[in-house]
Amino acid sequence: MRATILVRPKPGILDPQGKAVETSLRHLGFDVDGARVGRVVDLEVEASDPEQARAEVERMCAELLANPLIESYEIELEEGT
Amino acid sequence: MSEPKPRIAVLVFPGSNDDRDAALALEGLGADPVLVWHADRELPDVGAVVLPGGFSYGDYLRAGAIARFSPAMRAVADFADRGGLVLGICNGFQVLCEAGLLPGVLRANESLSFVCRDVRLRVERNDVPSLAQCEVGQRLTIPVKHGEGCFLADPDLLAELEEGRQVVLRYDDDNPNGSLDDIAGVVNAEGNVMGLMPHPEHAVDPLLGSADGALVLGSLVDGAREALHLTASAPA
Repeated sequence: MRATILVRPKPGILDPQGKAVETSLRHLGFDVDGARVGRVVDLEVEASDPEQARAEVERMCAELLANPLIESYEIELEEGT
Repeated sequence: MSEPKPRIAVLVFPGSNDDRDAALALEGLGADPVLVWHADRELPDVGAVVLPGGFSYGDYLRAGAIARFSPAMRAVADFADRGGLVLGICNGFQVLCEAGLLPGVLRANESLSFVCRDVRLRVERNDVPSLAQCEVGQRLTIPVKHGEGCFLADPDLLAELEEGRQVVLRYDDDNPNGSLDDIAGVVNAEGNVMGLMPHPEHAVDPLLGSADGALVLGSLVDGAREALHLTASAPA
């Protein structure tokens, strides 16, 4: 099963990368605000059903993919055909 | 007869680059440093452990995030649990935070620029082993060189750290990375595990611009010596 994990800096956490991106976009003439930069992890997880897959990915997030002090995450599962 | 030299482990991860500098500095301060490869499952019989600076595992994902799963880190965690002295420098500090051996997290510098220069530090405590040779309020000049040294903690954790006096070093009116409350170094609640962003191993000789780092590493060497003597004199 294909999983996509979106990891974001938590609200209120300083995100200098987001700030730099926002400033650059403004320099280009875009009217933007509140830019934040996170990361995307795509992976294939071996699981018999979506619940099991989600539980596995939750564990991956807790143990490695996100640091709960500064990052939140969202899991999207794409069931194979 | 000269006193035996206390043995201190310096961990080497793929991407560590200050391991030899740390070992050399420790040797100059009277220790017997031994490099320990990250894949080793056990530590030799040592009085202290140093996690050196560098870019372990290329800083992939988050600085220090991958190194904490090294077999040697499990041994370090056990060593720390038993009260063993552990010092994390720069990337070593990041590894200790990711491993949960120290509180908080180190993020990209506020400026997003890599900083490499001498900074002034203020010593907040000297009743932890790794700062025993310093005076409270003493200013130390020690270089930093990092891209991710901005210490962060949420308000609850920060309150806990202040309450427990776990902030042991602060940048003195010159915060190079945007660290919360100018935090440059912290200890665990017990005080045996310490991490700092500046590099004491690069400031052990006046020829290098400062020898203040020798106070930190010298404290560690003293602590290691004491730990080994205690071990040796403990009843069987």
